[in-house]
Amino acid sequence: MTTDKILLDHGGGGKMSHRLISEMVAPLFKTPHLEGMNDGAVFDAGGRRIAFSTDSYTVDPIRFPGGDIGELAVNGTVNDIAMCGGEPAFLSLGLIIEEGFPLSDLEDILKSIARSAERAGVSIVTGDTKVVPNGAADKIYINTSGVGWVPDHVFLDARNARAGDLIILSGSIADHGMTVLTLREGLTFSSSLKSDTAPLNHMVKRLLSSVGGVHVLRDPTRGGLGTALNEIALQSKVGVEINEADIPVRPEAAGACELLGFDPLYVANEGKLIAFVSPDDADKALQAVRNDEFGKSAAVIGRVVSERPGKVYMKTTIGGTRIVDMLAGEQLPRIC
Amino acid sequence: MKYREEYRNPEITKGLIRKINEMGRPEIRLMEVCGTHTMAIFRSGVRSVLPETVSLLSGPGCPVCVTSQKEIDSIIELSGMGVILTTFGDLIRVPGTETSLQRERAGGCDVRIVYSAFDAVEIAKKNPDRDVVFAGVGFETTAPTIAASILTAAQQNVSNFSVFSAHKLVPPALFTLMASEHINIDGFLLPGHVSVIIGEDAYRPFFDAHPIPCVIAGFEPGDLAHSIYMLIVQIANGAPDLENAYPRAVTKTGNTKAQTVMDRIFIPRDSEWRGLGEIPGSGLKIRNSFESFDAEVRFNIPQTESREPKGCACGKILTGVLTPPQCPLYKKSCSPENPVGPCMVSSEGTCAAYFKYYDE
Ligand code: SF4
Repeated sequence: MTTDKILLDHGGGGKMSHRLISEMVAPLFKTPHLEGMNDGAVFDAGGRRIAFSTDSYTVDPIRFPGGDIGELAVNGTVNDIAMCGGEPAFLSLGLIIEEGFPLSDLEDILKSIARSAERAGVSIVTGDTKVVPNGAADKIYINTSGVGWVPDHVFLDARNARAGDLIILSGSIADHGMTVLTLREGLTFSSSLKSDTAPLNHMVKRLLSSVGGVHVLRDPTRGGLGTALNEIALQSKVGVEINEADIPVRPEAAGACELLGFDPLYVANEGKLIAFVSPDDADKALQAVRNDEFGKSAAVIGRVVSERPGKVYMKTTIGGTRIVDMLAGEQLPRIC
Repeated sequence: MKYREEYRNPEITKGLIRKINEMGRPEIRLMEVCGTHTMAIFRSGVRSVLPETVSLLSGPGCPVCVTSQKEIDSIIELSGMGVILTTFGDLIRVPGTETSLQRERAGGCDVRIVYSAFDAVEIAKKNPDRDVVFAGVGFETTAPTIAASILTAAQQNVSNFSVFSAHKLVPPALFTLMASEHINIDGFLLPGHVSVIIGEDAYRPFFDAHPIPCVIAGFEPGDLAHSIYMLIVQIANGAPDLENAYPRAVTKTGNTKAQTVMDRIFIPRDSEWRGLGEIPGSGLKIRNSFESFDAEVRFNIPQTESREPKGCACGKILTGVLTPPQCPLYKKSCSPENPVGPCMVSSEGTCAAYFKYYDE
């Protein structure tokens, strides 16, 4: 049953999104930057390389333990630029606000944006505000775009992973997604669950200046770790093997996943990165990530192999093996 | 992943798996009747560590999948009747005879995904001038909360709320499975969540009629390994039993409170299952005393002619007669993005599980 309309799944960050972009968007614009399916574009401008990225943010609820939509909007774009190897410097801020939205809530969000920008070390330099009639938007949507400079020695691309690379994950997965979901559904069974939204640019800078062998960086946001690894395996035409026992999942997040029947591998993160690093540099790279305040529980979770290109396999805790596919649509709670 | 509890202890689990492998039995066929088990079995990689002689088959355990085509069509019809149709997420992508809820939604029908029937009651309160219908599918797991939502709506006079009840009961389906001539199963992994509600004793009549190894199982890799081990021991000893390997959640009598609520609202009726056909007493109808909350009574739902998707083998897959790779459409015209049948739609469906995790 093919569809002639946009479905929610097209925005889920999994296979459907991937196909929409690779089959409909990228072919029309014919720029090499889009083909890499990276988090942002890197291009030459007057002799310097610039990383440029944009992202729109909608989240329900707009405030959640660990952050709010404003913080997400800053960190998200900062991280996208950082994943291209850029040092983010300037951000734009576009607001689409629903008529009737409380001014005090707006002020809170703006304050949170200002705080987050300061923490990440970026300046908001331009912006735009639109108000749409009641019902035409859900409270508030935020778009941020940003630019940053890419140091001369840095060349990151989702196509650069190679056999032998070790894969570093900067911390626990599934925290953001499960926080928002359980909150939205009023399942407040786990009060310590909290979003991991964080700027990763300082961590990336530290990482890239400490070792030369970083080939790919990616922040596994929507679609989660499983989808991000699949994208890189596809883009780099390599196989990926990960080890379930090495992937940190906080017990609260694991519990929420179990309750709803979710696979943590596909739950969104907003403050984590994966780094594909040549084996000789992996120890130093892991140390560099761990030295950052948001990377304390970083771990090596797997490696790149030449066999079975485009596929991701996971060794499970009980010693079994399974394939980790890309999600087709959004994960839904179990009803069985 | 880093868990602490014993059933999450990989070493204990690995020990069990070693024992299973050492027992070396000829051909054993075990069936799970729970979509969450189907997924958990794949996710844990349990299949890849079992001896080749042990096969795990998926039975009619995915609630969305066993919902009959007629029921799916009726729910889709309802969405076109000007109501706010609320449902669990999986259902909206299930192809009906002509269309799906997802398509109808993109075309303008008001279809909303909720996580609980109580959300639907809230929507009804916020939209007093609209009819809000909840499409109730699922087993004994979901039926109690849906019953409770009807009770709440009744107490709070939310008169614009109703439920289309397509609920199914697990034990009657076990009888039908055993009566089927194609059946070739040596033991059942009985569902965990369903058993939390109905309790171990609910399977007693079935076990007495068909003494076949039965073990109630949990969902962690350790639970699965333990339950499979127990089944194999029963089979090896030629001593079928009804055992509970999930006592931390399942009691003998189950959740009696939930049962009481269910019983207050629903009464068993015959019901049609995809793959199994009509099964006596396997459905739940809303009692006459609550009929104003029964969407089937409130709305004159047009009865169209329902046809199951052409070429789709869901019916045979739901009874373990075929496995998904044996369906000619599997991975060809049927994929999670373009599902032909419900078993490919639902995250608990066997075809979706194979598609996602099975590696030829
Ligand atoms: S693969 Fe598709 S068509 Fe075949 S049985 Fe499964 S759902 Fe039906």
